[in-house]
Amino acid sequence: MDWLEYIWYAAAGIAGGVLGGMGMGGGTVLIPLLSIFYNVTQHTAQAINLISFIPMAVIALLIHLKNRLVDFKGILYIILPGLVACVLGCYVARVMNSEVLRRCFGGFLLLLSVFQIVTGLKKKNKK
Amino acid sequence: MKKSGKNKKDENTDCEKKTYKAIGDRQNTKKKNVYGAIAGVAAGLANGLFGGGGGMIIVPMLTTLLKKEPKVAHATAIMIILPMSLISGMFYAAFGNFDLRIGIPVGAGVIAGGIFGAFILNKLSSRWVVVLFATVMAVAGIKMLIF
Repeated sequence: MDWLEYIWYAAAGIAGGVLGGMGMGGGTVLIPLLSIFYNVTQHTAQAINLISFIPMAVIALLIHLKNRLVDFKGILYIILPGLVACVLGCYVARVMNSEVLRRCFGGFLLLLSVFQIVTGLKKKNKK
Repeated sequence: MKKSGKNKKDENTDCEKKTYKAIGDRQNTKKKNVYGAIAGVAAGLANGLFGGGGGMIIVPMLTTLLKKEPKVAHATAIMIILPMSLISGMFYAAFGNFDLRIGIPVGAGVIAGGIFGAFILNKLSSRWVVVLFATVMAVAGIKMLIF
């Protein structure tokens, strides 16, 4: 591992961060980027995305809280079941082989993208 | 006498209306909480299993089903996803999947890029950019799914 490699990795982070900051879903860029172009295993790519999201999210959240944009009403009904599902998801991912997980992620990414394209085009028709 | 009697009747119907509205509101809140829980489970599964993508489930749910403004939905989604990412990140690290040598440079890049992205947000995020971006992601998804 030399400096060039570090810079190369940071470039992937910047790409993911820019799109994440623009609200287009950072994880959906960073994970395929690391997986396709950097040959990082799927599990590691996912772990890196999860952990690198945390400092960014804390900064963004502080700004949003200051601007009173966070709506806490009924939020625990979303978070608590979500956390249980989260742990379940982690264990399912753990027992999956990295290649199988990569294919499943690809399918998930495809679904999300199609959904985004459809809603994006619908908005255009309305206007 | 007659007048006051009428007023009383009006008060009664008013009261009934309020009660019905309260019951309706309560049922509505219950319904919203159930929707919220379903979306939470979906986002949690995505977060734990795929290490991301939860926001793309939560944000549309908040705007369509709970009728929140897009800005509020984005901010609230971060509040919802952050604890999930904390938990999932801890589990992934405990399972030995986190690699510091990759994680630190990527993380630094994410912070720098994130700040830049937030600044250019208003200039670039037209729906065509979103559609173009989603198309590239769809291609990436197909590549990962098939090859």
